[in-house]
Amino acid sequence: MSLCLLVICLACSALLAGVYALTKEPIATAEKAKNEAAIKEVLPSAAVVIEEEKKVEGTDYTYNRAFDEQGNVAGYAINVQPTGFGGPIRMKVGFDADGCIWNVKVLSHSETPGLGAKCTDEGFAVNYGYRGLGYEDIQAGKIKVTKDGGVINAITASTITSRAYAEGVALAVELLEKIGKTADPLIMEE
Amino acid sequence: MGKFKLITKGLIKENPTFVLLLGMCPTLATTTSAINGMSMGLATMFVLILSNIVISAIAGYIPDKVRIPSYIVVIATFVTMLQFLMQAFVPDIYETLGLFIPLIVVNCIVLGRAEAFANKNSVGDSALDGIGIGLGFTMSLTILGLVREILGSGSAFGFKFIEGDGILAFVLAPGAFIALGYLLVIFKKLTSKKAE
Repeated sequence: MSLCLLVICLACSALLAGVYALTKEPIATAEKAKNEAAIKEVLPSAAVVIEEEKKVEGTDYTYNRAFDEQGNVAGYAINVQPTGFGGPIRMKVGFDADGCIWNVKVLSHSETPGLGAKCTDEGFAVNYGYRGLGYEDIQAGKIKVTKDGGVINAITASTITSRAYAEGVALAVELLEKIGKTADPLIMEE
Repeated sequence: MGKFKLITKGLIKENPTFVLLLGMCPTLATTTSAINGMSMGLATMFVLILSNIVISAIAGYIPDKVRIPSYIVVIATFVTMLQFLMQAFVPDIYETLGLFIPLIVVNCIVLGRAEAFANKNSVGDSALDGIGIGLGFTMSLTILGLVREILGSGSAFGFKFIEGDGILAFVLAPGAFIALGYLLVIFKKLTSKKAE
């Protein structure tokens, strides 16, 4: 009886190990491509070279720096996950070289379709007032929905999602300040 | 039972969703659109066919007391294989179906067919049964997904035909139950008419 179970488990493990080995590379490649595409989506088109992911010092938040063809810093993409209405909203906040918000991409969420889920609509960040805001705007309390005294338009009937989104973006701005806009050019390896 | 009948019974007479009423959880959760429903159906069919074949082949060697754990190990292996393959080659669908792919392991249909059919029939017949029930499940999910998509998002297979949103309740849980209930009634009416 236990011999039978042992044999079955061994055979299944062997089969799984084989499939794992086979698919390991395609999975890694697909993940990398997806991440790079998401980063490029939130950054200005000048950003062509993307540095590997790093952690913001003293936190668990990660970010990627991007460079243009000449090796100058072209932007930063920071990952945050504020708590939304139905769970965490994983998003990437992209900044241009001046440290101003360029675009935001929601990677995953559990918000209500037709309401909070509107935050994944094409051009949402731009249409609702996020582009161009920077660190000074945090001090002025601007990166908040108009209900809380800021400049951001909230999604109708989705205050919680809108607030969470604004929170995430504001956090990303603070993180960027922490990273410091060090403009050391990428040393291109020939 | 004729070989062809083995496949077609899964579509109408023993349709897993509308007759056997099995696998309701993924049915309700993944049919937010026709494509999602169809993908889930095909993924389940993949596991169903393979697990039916293997369980039918080894059923004779498994002592009765460890029957269920053995079947579950086999089913879980195929589902994990499916996960790796989907993650590698169709990452977008993998993301959409998300948590429901590993839940195929506990989908009643897979274990149900293993117990009700695969462990008593030949490998060939079990494979055909898997194909039939799998096709039936895929068909049911696609139809339910299509209804929910048309009513809830105003689109069909991704092609929108109205501006903005439809009756959003149909994209959410209440609409799923309502749509499934009505489809069940319609299915029963159509099939009882045929029987007369």
